[in-house]
Amino acid sequence: MQGMFGQLINLFASVLLLLSFAMLAQRRVVTLIDLFMLQGATLVAATTVVGVVTHQPHLYLSAALTLLLKVALIPWLLHRVIRQLNVRWDVETLINIPTTLLLGIVLVIFAFNLALPISQLSSSVARGTLGIALAGVLLSFLMMITRSKAVSQVIGFLSMENCLFFAATSATYGMPLVVELGIALDVLVGILILGVFMFQLRERFDSLDIRHIEKLKED
Amino acid sequence: MDASATLAATAPHLGLALAVVLAWLLIGLLGLVAIRSFEFISKVLFPAGSIVSLCLAVVAFAALPAQPETAQLPLGLPGLPFHFRLDALSAYFLFVIGAAATGISLFASGYFRRGEGTPPGILCFEYHLFLASMALVVLADDAYCFMVMWESMALSSFFLVTANHRVAEIRRAGYLYLLVAHIGAIGILLCFGVLQANTGDYSFANMRAQQLGPFWASAGFLLALFGFGAKAGVVPLHVWLPEAHPAAPSPVSALMSGVMLKTAIYGLLRVSFDLLHAPLWWWGLILLALGLVTALFGVVYAAAQVDMKRLLAYSSIENIGLLLAGMGLAALFTAYGIRSVAALALTATLYHVASHAFFKALLFVGTGAVLHATAERSLGKLGGLLRFMPWVGWLSLVGVLASAGLPPLGGFVSEWLLLQSFLFTPDLPNSFLNMLIPAVAALIALIAALAGYTMVKFYGIIFLGQPREEKLAEAHDASALERAGMLWLAAGCLALGLLPVQFAGALSAITEQLTGVGLGATLAANAWLLVPMDVARASYGPVIFLVGVALCCLLAYVLVRRFYHGRLRRAPPWDCGFPFQTARMQDSAEGFGQPIRQIFEPFFRMERELPTASDTAPRYRVTLADHFWHWVYLPVARLVTRFAQAIAWLQQGRIAVYLLYSFVTLVAVLMLVRA
Repeated sequence: MQGMFGQLINLFASVLLLLSFAMLAQRRVVTLIDLFMLQGATLVAATTVVGVVTHQPHLYLSAALTLLLKVALIPWLLHRVIRQLNVRWDVETLINIPTTLLLGIVLVIFAFNLALPISQLSSSVARGTLGIALAGVLLSFLMMITRSKAVSQVIGFLSMENCLFFAATSATYGMPLVVELGIALDVLVGILILGVFMFQLRERFDSLDIRHIEKLKED
Repeated sequence: MDASATLAATAPHLGLALAVVLAWLLIGLLGLVAIRSFEFISKVLFPAGSIVSLCLAVVAFAALPAQPETAQLPLGLPGLPFHFRLDALSAYFLFVIGAAATGISLFASGYFRRGEGTPPGILCFEYHLFLASMALVVLADDAYCFMVMWESMALSSFFLVTANHRVAEIRRAGYLYLLVAHIGAIGILLCFGVLQANTGDYSFANMRAQQLGPFWASAGFLLALFGFGAKAGVVPLHVWLPEAHPAAPSPVSALMSGVMLKTAIYGLLRVSFDLLHAPLWWWGLILLALGLVTALFGVVYAAAQVDMKRLLAYSSIENIGLLLAGMGLAALFTAYGIRSVAALALTATLYHVASHAFFKALLFVGTGAVLHATAERSLGKLGGLLRFMPWVGWLSLVGVLASAGLPPLGGFVSEWLLLQSFLFTPDLPNSFLNMLIPAVAALIALIAALAGYTMVKFYGIIFLGQPREEKLAEAHDASALERAGMLWLAAGCLALGLLPVQFAGALSAITEQLTGVGLGATLAANAWLLVPMDVARASYGPVIFLVGVALCCLLAYVLVRRFYHGRLRRAPPWDCGFPFQTARMQDSAEGFGQPIRQIFEPFFRMERELPTASDTAPRYRVTLADHFWHWVYLPVARLVTRFAQAIAWLQQGRIAVYLLYSFVTLVAVLMLVRA
C-alpha cells in the first residue's frame, strides 16, 4: 500500500515537472493560465495523497485551500484580467524557446544533484520528489526572467509559489498551518496588487510589455 | 532628588559641573521655546549662559587639586549608564571651556543680528548644546558616553557652521567639516575597540587596567592620533579648518578654534598618557614630527592668506602643531624616564592650550566685530580701522601680541616653556635624537618668528594705515556686550602672562597624574619669577617685563611729543614726487605675503598671472591652493567616483536583468550549500 502511494506521489511530481516545462515552452497566455490551473490541481492531488499516507488532517485543509485559491479563484481572476485587457496574443520571449528549454534541462540536473544529499537525510514518503520541486522553482524563475509580458511574469511567480509549496509538502509534510494560511493570503494580495499594476501599465503604455518600464534608473 | 543629593555629597565638584551642563541645556531649550523673540535670547539667555560658564570655570579650577570624583547616571540605553569622572586633566580642560565660553557668550549676546539665516532660538539651542557636549566629552568616563557626546559636539557645531545655510559655499564647507569629523570618529571608535582588549567592558577604568602588548598599544595610539588628529586639524587632515572657520559666525569660529580643537588634544592626552599608560619613544617622535610639519605648514599658509578668518584658521593649525610637538616631547621624555622634563613639556603644552584658547577666541570675535562693521572679510578692502573702532582695535592688539608670542602676555610664557623643555634634550640617552632636536628647536623658533610676521600682517593691514575703501569711515565700534566679552578674553591673555607661576603651579596636579612628577614645588619657591628647573639656568619675571615695556613706551611717547612734535614746521615741502599718500600706496595683504610666497614657494600650489610690459590694463592675480587637495583628497575622490560608476553599471533598469541577479544569486548560494 505504502509503495503504491509512493509511486502515486512520484507520478504527480513528474506531472508537475512536465507542466513546468510546458509552461516554459508555451507561447499563448490563455493556455499558460490553463497549464497553471492544471499545476494547481496536480498539487492538490499530491497533497491529498501525502495526507492520506501520513494521516495528517491539516494537509487536507491546505489541499482544500490550494484548490480554492490556485485552481479556482486565481485562474478565474487571471482569465478575467486578460479578457478585459484583451491580451490573448502570443507571448514574446526574450530568449527563444529551444534555448530556454535547454537551459531548463541544465537547471533540472543541477536541482537533482543538489537535492540528492538532502533527500537521503529525509524519512518522508515523498522524499524522492524534493529534486523535482526544486527544479520546478528554478524553472519558474527562469520563466519570469525570459518573458517580457507582465501577465506571464505573474504566472511564473505563482508557479514558483506552487513548487515551493510542493517542496515543503514533500520534504516535511507541509509547513505549519499558520504559515500556509499566511502565504495563501500573501499570494491573494499579491495577485490583487499585480492586477492593479497591470491595468496601470496598460493605461500608461497601451501595452503590457514590461520593456516599456525599463527606465527604472536616472541617467 | 535623592540621586542629586548623594551626588552632591560624594562628588561635589562633579555634581556642580553636571549642574552647569544641565543649566546650559535648559538655556538652549528656553531658546527653542522662545524661538523668535530676539531680545529675550540676546539680552537674557546668552548673558545667562556666560554667567553659567563662569561658574563652570570656577568649579573646574577648584577641582584641579582635588581627588578624582566619579559618578554614574542612568542615562542613555538601559544597562549602559553614562560614567562620568572629574580628575585633574578633565578639570583643566573644563576650566578652559568655561573660561573661554564666558567671554565668547558675552560677545555672542551682542553679536547675533536679526534675520540672519537660522532663527535666533535655534542658534541659541545649538550653541548651548555645543557647549554642553564639549563639557561632557571632557567628563566622560566610558567610550559609549564619550562617543555620544563627541558626535553631539560634531553635529551641533556642524549646524552652527551652516547657520547661514542659504549660501552654497557655506553648505559645502559644512559638508566637508562633517565628513572629516566622521572619518575621524571612526578612528576614535576603533581605537576604543582596541583599548578594551576583548573584555567587552568599554569603561575607561577597564581600559586603564588593561596591559596591552606593544603592537596593540601602538595600533590604539595610531588610531587615536588619526581620529583626534582629524578633529584637531593635523596635516593632512586639516583641510576643513580653513573652510569651516570663515563660514561659521564669528563666536562659533572662536568656540571651535579656541575650545573645540582642544577637546581633540584632550582626547589624545587621555588616550596616550592615561589609558595607554606607557608611551613608547617612537610615539613621541611621530607626534613631534607631525606637530612640526603641521605648525610650519599652518604658519606659512597663514602668512600668505588674504582673508582674515582664513588667516586665523591657518594660525590655529599652526598652534595645534605646537601643542602636538609639546606633547610629543613629553611622550619622548616619559618613555626615557626623564620625568621632570616630561612634566615641563607637558606644562608648556597645557599652558599653551589655555593661552591659545584666550587669544584665538579674542582674535576671532575681533574679526566678527570688524565683519559686522564693514561687511568685509578680505584684507585687501580693510585698513585704518583703529581710528573708527578703537575698542576692537586696542583689544585685538592684546590678542595679536599674545598670538605673536610677545611678553608680557600668555603666548610668550607657553612658547618660552616649550623652548626651555627643548633645551633639556641633551639629557636623552639616544644620541641620534640628541643631534636632531636642536635643529627642531630652531624650527620652533622659525615658526614663532613667522607667527609674529603673520600677526603683524593681520593687525597692520586691518587696523593701521589708511582705509582702503570709502565706506570704512562709517564703521562703528562694537556694542557694550561685545566689548565686555572682548575685555574678558583680553584680561585672560594678560592674566596668563602676568601670573605664570601661580597658573603653572596649578597645572602640577595634571603632570603629577600623567607623568608622576609635578613642578609645583620648584615653582612655588619664587612667587614673581617663573623658574621651570633651576634659577641658574633660566627664569622669567613677567612683571619686570611689563614694567620695562611700559617704561619704554612711556619714554618713546614723551620723546616723540617733546622733540618731534615740538619741532613741527609748516612749510611747502619738497615732495619728492610724492605730494600725498593714498590708500593704494600702502602695502597690501598680497604684497606683505609676497616674500613668504617666494621663500616657501614649494609649499604652495600657486597660479600666477603677471601682466606684460605692454599691457594697457595690467592685472596681477595670484591664487594659492593646498597641495594636499591635489595629493590626497582629489585622487581619493576620483577613486571613489570611479568605483561608484563601476557599481552603477549593475543598475540596468530592466526587470529581467534584476530577476536574473536574484536567480544567479540563488543558484550560487545553492551551489555553496552543495559544496
